[in-house]
Amino acid sequence: MSEPGTQDVVRLEDLEASRQLTGRKHILSLLVEDKPGVLARIAGLFSRRGFNIDTLAVGPTDDPDVSRITLTLDGAVHPIDQVTKQLHKLVNVIKIRDMEPNGTVAREMALFRVNASVEGRAEIMQFAEIYEAKVVDVSRRSLTIEVTGSQEKVDSFERMVRPHGLIEMARTGEVAITKSRPEA
Amino acid sequence: MRAADALFQALKAEGVEHVFGIPGGANLPIYDALYDADLIHIQARHEQGAGHAAEGYAKATGKVGVAMATSGPGATNLITAIADANLDSVPTVFITGQVRTDQIGTDGFQEADVTGMTLPVVKHSFLVTDPRQIPDYIHQAFHIASTGRPGPVLVDIPQDLSRAEIDYQPAQGTPTLPGYKPPTEGNIKQIRIAAKALANSRRPVIYGGGGIVNANASTEFREFCLTDRLPVTLTVMGLGAFEAPHEQWLGMLGMHGTRAANYAMDEADLIVCVGARFDDRITGKLSEFAPRAKFVHIDVDPAEISKNVPAHIPIVGDAADVLPKLTREYRALDADSSRLDDWWQRIRAWQNEHPLRYEDSHDSEIKPQFMIEAMYEATEGDAIITSDVGQHQMWAAQYYHFSEPRRWLNSGGLGTMGFGLPAAIGAKVARPDETVVCLAGDGSLVMVCQEFATAAQHEIPVKVFLMNNGHFGMVRQWQELFWQERYQSVAMGPSPDWPKLAEAFGWTGMQCSDKAELRDAMRAALDTEGPVLLDVRVTQNENCYPMIPAGHAARDMVG
Ligand SMILES: Cc1cc2nc3c(=O)[nH]c(=O)nc-3n(C[C@H](O)[C@H](O)[C@H](O)COP(=O)(O)OP(=O)(O)OC[C@H]3O[C@@H](n4cnc5c(N)ncnc54)[C@H](O)[C@@H]3O)c2cc1C
Ligand SMILES: Cc1ncc(C[n+]2csc(CCOP(=O)(O)OP(=O)(O)O)c2C)c(N)n1
Repeated sequence: MSEPGTQDVVRLEDLEASRQLTGRKHILSLLVEDKPGVLARIAGLFSRRGFNIDTLAVGPTDDPDVSRITLTLDGAVHPIDQVTKQLHKLVNVIKIRDMEPNGTVAREMALFRVNASVEGRAEIMQFAEIYEAKVVDVSRRSLTIEVTGSQEKVDSFERMVRPHGLIEMARTGEVAITKSRPEA
Repeated sequence: MRAADALFQALKAEGVEHVFGIPGGANLPIYDALYDADLIHIQARHEQGAGHAAEGYAKATGKVGVAMATSGPGATNLITAIADANLDSVPTVFITGQVRTDQIGTDGFQEADVTGMTLPVVKHSFLVTDPRQIPDYIHQAFHIASTGRPGPVLVDIPQDLSRAEIDYQPAQGTPTLPGYKPPTEGNIKQIRIAAKALANSRRPVIYGGGGIVNANASTEFREFCLTDRLPVTLTVMGLGAFEAPHEQWLGMLGMHGTRAANYAMDEADLIVCVGARFDDRITGKLSEFAPRAKFVHIDVDPAEISKNVPAHIPIVGDAADVLPKLTREYRALDADSSRLDDWWQRIRAWQNEHPLRYEDSHDSEIKPQFMIEAMYEATEGDAIITSDVGQHQMWAAQYYHFSEPRRWLNSGGLGTMGFGLPAAIGAKVARPDETVVCLAGDGSLVMVCQEFATAAQHEIPVKVFLMNNGHFGMVRQWQELFWQERYQSVAMGPSPDWPKLAEAFGWTGMQCSDKAELRDAMRAALDTEGPVLLDVRVTQNENCYPMIPAGHAARDMVG
């Protein structure tokens, strides 16, 4: 009676339920139909089910009828499996990918306007250089800097410049794409 | 062709024969098209009534129920029924009129963003932006409402678009929706593992729910349960999926379920859940729910699996597909039935020690439980029973033996008072040859009593058996048991003269307050032509037992 994939005897003691919380950050990449109200459906689902979105980015894809929504959420707080299954129930959601951390390139862009006194200015410029950030606007009192990178990199940049006095910050939230596999 | 005419062509193509609704400004073109459409329209007296009637129609048949309303207040009146259909997974399509396209967003007369308002309570919705979409959206709506896990779909149609001219081509085949592919077949490997686990289980319980009814899989369910001496319990939504009484039947489980069913869940080593969703009325305190059990969970909705209770053997699929396979796999294992002897001994002890019982009156007073028993006898168990929400609903679930599916129509998930009468109207329209009885609560019935007019106008001979206890009984019970008898807003004060009220609408009204006369009174009501209300005066302060207090474990059952 033996067959691949099923053991002959299933002992109840050996059965385990799949784990609920992964404990790490997840990036979900959704392909959705570009229909009115899609975003409201997704946002509504999150608030109704008590799921907390950390970041959300929406944009077009190569197909004009399809948009991509990239969400990040915390797998230590939410059962990601349950989140994706609930999202799948939305008729306008075509595809969901829970991005594999090692196989994903994820980036966000952020703009920081920082207090830049005469004394502080040099240090901020130095940070910008280390983080490969660009100064995009300058005034006598402030610098505006554009940073691109992973969420962690942008977080880290924020921590560096915050002591100088952060006047304003705008972050896009991450977008992500799978890495191409090394060619065989 | 006018888009509104195409709307009805599309409905006809979907096999619709009856729609329930109320006209108004924004859906005037639709009602104008109805004038020529070859469909029967049941004119409700409140859109909520139209909505519940559509639900009753759907629950009694499995076919999609359809209700219509105008924009603004018409549409908002529908929302309770939409939410109800959502929680109980009822295949329904709601068609609302919307203000003209150029008025949308301007706070136009009778404008309400019903698509937005209902987002959290629909399976899907469509806001029409081009008249040519109307027939397509109708077909898509029917497809979505009736497949996978059924549910309500809203189609909101601006007035100018329903009166626009379009080229109508009858649709061919099943609509394709890129993001909608409900699962059907269960994974055979998982099914095998489940069969093997079951063969190794010494204390199994089969816990079935409304999904079996949805799947029209009661026969398959019975066959599966009877492959061995498997103890069976059902949720209030599943009642009828297994015959009651039966030697393997433990009764309903959950808050007002039997002790045998709840204790069996508590001590089980394997629970096979079929088309049920581990509602809190079942689990009570989650951390103490069935602490010794491993779970097989069969559900067509993947999101139900491990939502409340982690599943050890998940099987995503239609119960109608999964159950026969599970039966076959389990049979092939030729499990030793005697392994269940000890378990049955334990279950029989619970059953003997704690049968469902109540203290009957010693005079002519009618105990509510007695009323349900009388109802069972008077109908000979051969009727579609709809119910309102409250104690009477739970007593019916306990004491009326439902042995076939689609004969017990109630509002479980949303618990909507007033569901019973309009649902009975819908059920009777769908099943004119069946006896349809609404078991009403006096608190509930008054919320929808305008629908007496609907039944009278359309000559829909439903029977209402009113369990009149002069109270919002269920709430009174909670205040008595858990809120130190501080009764607040639960007495109904002077009861309306119910028979007279019914008569005012053109019904026959009857009353009974004597136990000895009750069965005959019920038979007389059933034998009287046309719609009949029987006002049954029952004990005012009876409590519904047994009961697991909210948030407690099965072990803590009281009463
Ligand atoms: C006053 C009051 C008291 C209540 N007390 C109790 C009580 O004591 N006991 C009790 O049981 N309930 C009680 N309820 C009802 C309770 O609130 C829930 O409505 C009920 O328990 C849910 O039933 P269910 O799990 O069968 O799920 P349903 O809501 O019927 O859901 C059906 C499930 O089956 C799945 N499904 C649908 N179609 C298919 C298919 N084709 N194949 C496979 N799966 C499918 C769905 O995805 C869903 O998960 C009470 C309600 C009220 C108002
Ligand atoms: C629309 C609605 N409002 C309020 C409630 C809360 N509620 C639950 S049961 C109940 C009392 C029901 O009274 P009745 O219909 O007379 O039935 P009984 O419990 O007396 O049998 C109330 C008010 C509800 N379920 N639905």
